[in-house]
Amino acid sequence: MANPSKIYNFMGVRKLALAFSLILMLVSIGSLAVNGLKFGLDFTGGSLVEIGYEREADLEVVRDQLETAGFEDVVVQTFGSPRDVLIRLQADHDPKLGDKVLQALQSESDQSLELRRNEFVGSQVGEELREQGGLGMLLALFMIMVYLAFRFQFKFSLGAVLALVHDVLVVLGFFSLLQVEFDLTVLAAVLAVIGYSLNDTIVVYDRIRENFRIMRKGDAVEVMNASLSQTLSRTLMTSITTLLVLVALFYFGGEMIHGFAMALLVGVLIGTYSSIYVAANALLALNVTREDLLPPQKEDGEETEELP
Amino acid sequence: MLNRYPLWKNLMILLVLAIAGLYAAPNLYPDDFAVQVSGSRNTAAVDPATLTRIETALKASGIEVKATEMQQDGVGLIRLIGSDAQLKAKEVIADQLGSGYVVALNLAPTTPDWLSSLGAGPMKLGLDLRGGVHFLLEVDMAQAVGQRLDVYVSEIKSKLRDEKLRYRVVEHLDDGRLAIRFVDADTRDAASSLLLRSYQEFLVDSQDVDGDAWLYVNLTEQTIREIEDYAIKQNLTTLRNRVNELGVAEPLVQRQGRNRIVVQLPGVQDAAAAKRIIGKTANLEFRLEAGPDAGRADTEVYPFRNTPERKATLERDVIITGSSVANAQAAFDENGMPQVSITLDAKGGQLMSRVTRNAIQRRMAVLFVEHKQRTLVQTIDGERVEKRIPFTEKGIISLATIQSTLGNQFRITGLDSAQESSELALLLRAGALAAPIYFVEERTVGPSLGAENIELGTLSVQIGFALVLVFMLVYYKVFGLLANVALTLNLVLLVAVMSLLSATLTLPGIAGIVLTVGMAVDANVLIFERIKEELRNGLPVQSAIHSGFARAFTTILDANITTLIAAVILFAMGTGPVKGFAVTLSVGILTSMFTALLVTRALVNLVYGGRTLKKVMI
Repeated sequence: MANPSKIYNFMGVRKLALAFSLILMLVSIGSLAVNGLKFGLDFTGGSLVEIGYEREADLEVVRDQLETAGFEDVVVQTFGSPRDVLIRLQADHDPKLGDKVLQALQSESDQSLELRRNEFVGSQVGEELREQGGLGMLLALFMIMVYLAFRFQFKFSLGAVLALVHDVLVVLGFFSLLQVEFDLTVLAAVLAVIGYSLNDTIVVYDRIRENFRIMRKGDAVEVMNASLSQTLSRTLMTSITTLLVLVALFYFGGEMIHGFAMALLVGVLIGTYSSIYVAANALLALNVTREDLLPPQKEDGEETEELP
Repeated sequence: MLNRYPLWKNLMILLVLAIAGLYAAPNLYPDDFAVQVSGSRNTAAVDPATLTRIETALKASGIEVKATEMQQDGVGLIRLIGSDAQLKAKEVIADQLGSGYVVALNLAPTTPDWLSSLGAGPMKLGLDLRGGVHFLLEVDMAQAVGQRLDVYVSEIKSKLRDEKLRYRVVEHLDDGRLAIRFVDADTRDAASSLLLRSYQEFLVDSQDVDGDAWLYVNLTEQTIREIEDYAIKQNLTTLRNRVNELGVAEPLVQRQGRNRIVVQLPGVQDAAAAKRIIGKTANLEFRLEAGPDAGRADTEVYPFRNTPERKATLERDVIITGSSVANAQAAFDENGMPQVSITLDAKGGQLMSRVTRNAIQRRMAVLFVEHKQRTLVQTIDGERVEKRIPFTEKGIISLATIQSTLGNQFRITGLDSAQESSELALLLRAGALAAPIYFVEERTVGPSLGAENIELGTLSVQIGFALVLVFMLVYYKVFGLLANVALTLNLVLLVAVMSLLSATLTLPGIAGIVLTVGMAVDANVLIFERIKEELRNGLPVQSAIHSGFARAFTTILDANITTLIAAVILFAMGTGPVKGFAVTLSVGILTSMFTALLVTRALVNLVYGGRTLKKVMI
């Protein structure tokens, strides 16, 4: 995968990487502030009806038919294939909504239509979910920070969380910038990205910790470079296999899983980058030293007693 | 010796994998499309003779039957070929059996007997893969508490009257308090101590407003909780009864949080009908028509349900309500008009006969009571707020002269249609809801979409898996092959654990499996890269393998535990499909650690262990 014994000077471009990451994050934050996320039904509440046509459907006609039937504020779009039409309504909940929409369209159509999906989410439920989702993400970050502080050291846990925040922000920014719908499965994917990116970061950190202990010479930058180079082929291998399955999911998994696969694709790519350039960079910025990682010293008195 | 597992360790791994294989096996047998028939309450149960009848009817309609079988307590199962045949068969069977039976669509597992005798069964499919309806219902707790407060109002009135404590007003305020106004403060204080003595659940507060002596009664927090719990439990029971009446195979009715109920009906096609029955808060009241000399305070005027311009004056007192109904059956009268035959329970029967004995030649009304709500969406301060305004609709469905004393059996006529009579009968049988419920979420997935989701999900797992296998083989050669074996076993193990937990497989769950496949490689990659490194550092082959595994261990542990944390949180906060994803991800992390650390190791040991090697392909 990569030249095995070569030490790449990753940290040589750390200023550049920092600038790149900062730009990515600023663009993401900017887009989130200006465009916001295009929340899906799960989070906003509302109604959604999916109708299956036998042949390609003309969206203009569908829209007109619905308006003539008295449905207001409808958004009509295709979903996956041009034969599947997704209709979003802000209407209040009506038990027969799906059937009414189907009837309205069926009466004007010579094809036989099929009600594929009918969803309704109350606005309160959506709001709760939004709060819960945000809370869940914060909780995950916090728990991970605690675990890492316990297993490594506080600076490492800060660095890892920084890398995670970076990844989550960029994925959210991506969805905000392209205005791709953000639904519950995408939220699940974002949490999976947290898991994945962390996995990567930990592997790198593990090596950094090890190298700090064995490389008696060399400053922090050299340790970082060595550690990143040694783990590089593993980082790339795992990213490639994960990307392979995600590409399969993206192309063959169907429309309902599209957003999920997309979030993970972006997340894995950015997670790979961040475990190299953000996580290690953060450690340098936090001024990590060999002493941070030495096992706690025993009391001097005890040690002398053990000597013969 | 380096890199040899003791026999017991190899045997243990084999044993685990064999068990996993056994429990994953049922998933290889695809479910049959089936129709389940059972007798609804108070009608004949299904017996083998019924099944033979059904079979003959199906053959006559040209539908091929794969098998029929009796399940526990009078439930029959007819297995068919294909979903089209299933839908057709359901109609044929429903026609053949008539209204006394419940006919439901089902998916029947085809697990061989020897496997199911070991407790093995396939994974359950979520609604998004199987098609069906998911409802989230919210119980109106304010109403539940309000209803109880109304009961207290009349209790307090009679208690005060009995004790000769004169009050002016007892009212139930909107904020959930009761307010009582007394003639003077002394009476109020006497009443206050009386109420505190009689009701432990009251918090009493005396106030003087504009020279009037008021007493405010609050319920304790604990009492409110109890009322809410009771309302939820009562509603759960009623909903379960209704769902059972609907005839759904494997329904789920479950409390969620403080005031919500989840209802899942797999395989239900007619969501609108299901919703009509589940959400209905209809009840009946039986009242006498008011006599000509009745005071206005004791009477109420109600319109007829079918002809609203026609009205009748009824007594305010209710003889009995729908809750006294023990059984109700829809039928037709001599003129072919829909009717409902009602059987009252013992207490209801007594009440009915006591009242009607003295009211012969007077008229009795059956009042149909329905709690409904209007939902208004308002924009307040830029935020959309839903406001529900509950209201009660009462209409007379029949007003008939009492010819003789009524006992515990009689019938109601004056219904619109056969559908209305059968729904009314169903609702009376299943019982009324203790408090109104609102739909706050609904998800209906058509059966074809479900089938498509399974197909696409399986396809992407296969493709993703194949890609990874090829890649590993090309890159790591022999070790790659070993990792691939471990990866395949990991998939078997994952499916086995999911089946054993009877976890529900959803579409995001399938995505979780795909993702696990991708990430399960990671542990193997970590180990192999370590081994390569150790080889480059000049270690002999056997020591390199040994220390590669040993040194990768902590990394694998740390990396997986943190991912597990994220998955567990996802499980705790997610619902439905997302929960399914969290489950597969968590199980996948655990199984992949097992396969990478033990299975791959065992395989590597078997191939390379104990041999003198100069070189190794990695």
